[in-house]
Amino acid sequence: MKFGVVIFPGSNCDHDALYALSCNLGHEAIEIWHESEELGGADAVFLPGGFSYGDYLRCGALARFSPVIRPLRRFASNGGLVIGVCNGFQILCEAGLLDGALLRNRDLRFICRTVEIVPGTRASAFTSHCPSERPLRIPIAHGEGCYFANESVLDRLEKEDRIAFRYSGANPNGSARGIAGVLSEGRNVLGMMPHPERACDEAVGSTDGIAVFRSMAAAFAKSQVVPDAA
Amino acid sequence: MLPEVSEAVAIEHGMTSEEYGRLTEGLGRTPTITELGIVSVMWSEHCSYKSSRLHLKKLPTTGERILVGPGENAGIVDIGGGWAAAFKIESHNHPSYIEPFQGAATGVGGILRDIFTMGARPIAVLDALRFGPPDDPLHGPRNRRIIQGVVEGIAHYGNCIGVPTIGGECVFAPCFSANPLVNVFALGVFRKDAIFLGLAKGVGNPVIYVGAKTGKDGIKGASMASEEFSEDSEAKRPNVQVGDPFLEKLLLEACLEAMRTGAILGIQDMGAAGLTCSTAEMGGRGGVGIEIDLDLVPQREEGMTPYEIMLSESQERMLLVAERGREHEVLEVFRKWGLDAVEIGSVTSDRMLRVRHQGDVVAELDTVFLSEDAPLYDRPCSTPRRTAPLAGPSLPERTGRQIKADLQRLLCSPDLSSKRWIWEQYDHQVRTNTTAGPGSDAAVVRIKEAGVSLAMSLDGNSRYCGLDPRLGAQLIVAECCRNLSTVGAKPIATTNNLNFGNPERPEIMAQLVESVEGMAAACRHFGAPVTGGNVSLYNETLGEGVDPSPVVGIVGILDHTRRPPGPCFNRAGDCVFLLGGLLPGARDDLECRFGSSQFAVSILGQSWGLPPVVDLAYESAVHEAVREIVRRGLARSSHDVGTGGLAVALAECCFGDPLVGAEITLETEVPGVVALFHEAPSRVLLSVPRERAGEVEAVARASGIAAPRIGHTGGRHLAIRVDGGLGFQASVERLHAMWDSSFESSLDVQ
Repeated sequence: MKFGVVIFPGSNCDHDALYALSCNLGHEAIEIWHESEELGGADAVFLPGGFSYGDYLRCGALARFSPVIRPLRRFASNGGLVIGVCNGFQILCEAGLLDGALLRNRDLRFICRTVEIVPGTRASAFTSHCPSERPLRIPIAHGEGCYFANESVLDRLEKEDRIAFRYSGANPNGSARGIAGVLSEGRNVLGMMPHPERACDEAVGSTDGIAVFRSMAAAFAKSQVVPDAA
Repeated sequence: MLPEVSEAVAIEHGMTSEEYGRLTEGLGRTPTITELGIVSVMWSEHCSYKSSRLHLKKLPTTGERILVGPGENAGIVDIGGGWAAAFKIESHNHPSYIEPFQGAATGVGGILRDIFTMGARPIAVLDALRFGPPDDPLHGPRNRRIIQGVVEGIAHYGNCIGVPTIGGECVFAPCFSANPLVNVFALGVFRKDAIFLGLAKGVGNPVIYVGAKTGKDGIKGASMASEEFSEDSEAKRPNVQVGDPFLEKLLLEACLEAMRTGAILGIQDMGAAGLTCSTAEMGGRGGVGIEIDLDLVPQREEGMTPYEIMLSESQERMLLVAERGREHEVLEVFRKWGLDAVEIGSVTSDRMLRVRHQGDVVAELDTVFLSEDAPLYDRPCSTPRRTAPLAGPSLPERTGRQIKADLQRLLCSPDLSSKRWIWEQYDHQVRTNTTAGPGSDAAVVRIKEAGVSLAMSLDGNSRYCGLDPRLGAQLIVAECCRNLSTVGAKPIATTNNLNFGNPERPEIMAQLVESVEGMAAACRHFGAPVTGGNVSLYNETLGEGVDPSPVVGIVGILDHTRRPPGPCFNRAGDCVFLLGGLLPGARDDLECRFGSSQFAVSILGQSWGLPPVVDLAYESAVHEAVREIVRRGLARSSHDVGTGGLAVALAECCFGDPLVGAEITLETEVPGVVALFHEAPSRVLLSVPRERAGEVEAVARASGIAAPRIGHTGGRHLAIRVDGGLGFQASVERLHAMWDSSFESSLDVQ
């Protein structure tokens, strides 16, 4: 499977994603520069963490205007798998590909720690292979990860089974209803604050993130239909 | 209208009348105001090391792994397989007092530029911080504001640029209330055949300015860092620069990419004294001249004078010399990253730094006169100022119950409590190479490309150095190397940050000299030569100086990329060994040596006497033994016994995830309080599976060191008994909760 990792100016988890996808998981992983008008034939797209354009305005508010967002929209509307982690999640919300917004953490501080999360659903291309008997231990590292949406949107997300992950222990950032990740209406776009790409290697602490990418690979293999990668 | 230059103006610039005389004599004329500005910063303490240079020469600086020693932007060591590491520590003490957030943030930005200007990609940051106590009755509110600002500033810059902050240390004392210390260490890796130096060469080659535009911020920052502070220091806020980590991230990527073109011959960041220092140093090192035209320098505002442009410390700027005819290759890369890159001058043959502005030559100075020929002082030295008396009280009798209360108080003290509140604000995992992060005795990153790991530790102890700077400096080097050894790493090189008060006072100068000499002896002993560092003097406000605070950062190497053992017990039923023995060294003056302990300060409210004795040969035998034990996988955990002594170290060993208790019995004739809280060096706590205990004992025997088995792990309590008499038992969960939360609570006081 071929993953495309988008690099915005200020992305800083791009290399971690490329390393995890290729060296830890054995997939092909390519770089996609943010000015690109196409996705290099990727089967799935990864929007990495970091501080795109410095995030001096609102996180992701400038990145949504990058040229690469155009082919990304087409790819997503054709059912292509898109995962946005941390800043990637913020960008997907700003771009309107996901519902809701990420606010400053409840305690107004950046937090880097390993947290426990549980899938809110297993009926998705990102969570089908997550273990059911225990939570996943995956690191977070963000200052603005407090998920917010109005009550009716939250109700709809729950009704449509689109909560991908919830924090299972203490809620680290004050996210509404403990939400750590959400799915798009088409269920093919995931945004999550925890970093699964940081949890793919025993040497750095955890391998629980592998479940997310294994789910994606399984879903892709099943789909057979390669979306238009423009 | 430009001011007339005179001796009085020079004195306003922080120069002495002798220095002004040296300048006019060297020039053979009265300098222009721009020249005076340039010379005053180049000859400031911060840039010229004029008080310390003579003594820094005593440090060992060569070794088989050393590729680049002191004098460059950073030191470089060979880490094998064709790879090298560049690393250095630098202080941002003065700016962090005036404007904590930006002061600390630009400290990170500055040291990172020092690393990537050599061609290395920065992969780790550590910081050594000193503040006034958060609960100080008088200065508490200000101290808390400084602590919060500094931590946020470091987090802001490091997190955004994507370099993990993986460790460091943070301690408190009243002398730091008005003189906080912010020392930032950074390390980067690269191929050893791709090292870039900060020198200009090739007459006629273009001098290129890249990065942020020049503004009026930070003007004369280097001179500010070479002065004591008074009541009106608040007015110096405009001297503090403002950092933009996003711009630096672009600059980092662009510089590394531009270096790969092969068209760059020399490159240096514009840090202290900005354009002045970078042009003068690059010319001086290359033995050539540099001519620049200030009209070509990208400027943030109109109407800046040559004086302001030359002395601005605007951040995120670099100066480089490219090969004539290939400059477009370099400019093209910077254009791709959206950065200003402009040819502002060229290399000349006459050794002169010549600065033009609107057609006039506004400065013309010999680059060697500016750098190598800067003043050098052999300042008078007396006996080091002692921070506490030699004689102290007799040690108190303690019951088991009192000792338990003492331990709880120590674990809640700002110095020893968990600093999770600080390090959770730092992204310590980005780049996914951190195999031992904050909370570990030494931080470790794997270098996948080279198949090795590098361990790093920063250590300092102002209390020891205040009582005996020579011995204190040896103890901090010993502790730093011990920290590296607990993860199995062998020390290879050192960087140091010498933080002291006013060197013009002989008793302060003596602290500096003795610290350097002690450090030199210890670094030589442990085979960790010094590749550079930073000297920060004049850490004084209203006549109150800091205790002598040398900090060392030592890098160690491991021949694998796996995760090393952590400091905490992680299994019930393991044997606990105290490698090195209960109290190595002489026992005749235990009471005197006890006066330098954390117990003395936090529980008895005073310090006295002398630091503990260290036998360097015994110390390195302990290091070798622990490295061998870790290498053979015999230990499940390994933790240095440091500040707070054995009882505190044992409690820390219990604070893993999950918590694991222990039952400990100490056989000794010394009083319980000494056995538990004395800070003798050369000791490491190990937890070892029962079936491997014999092997650990054999390694210790072969190394000629004591290794008493003092108990075993398990249960929910830490139970300690001393020689069958005094003892106590404490719930690990309760101890952990206090230790884990007390620092954050001390900041929450309104």
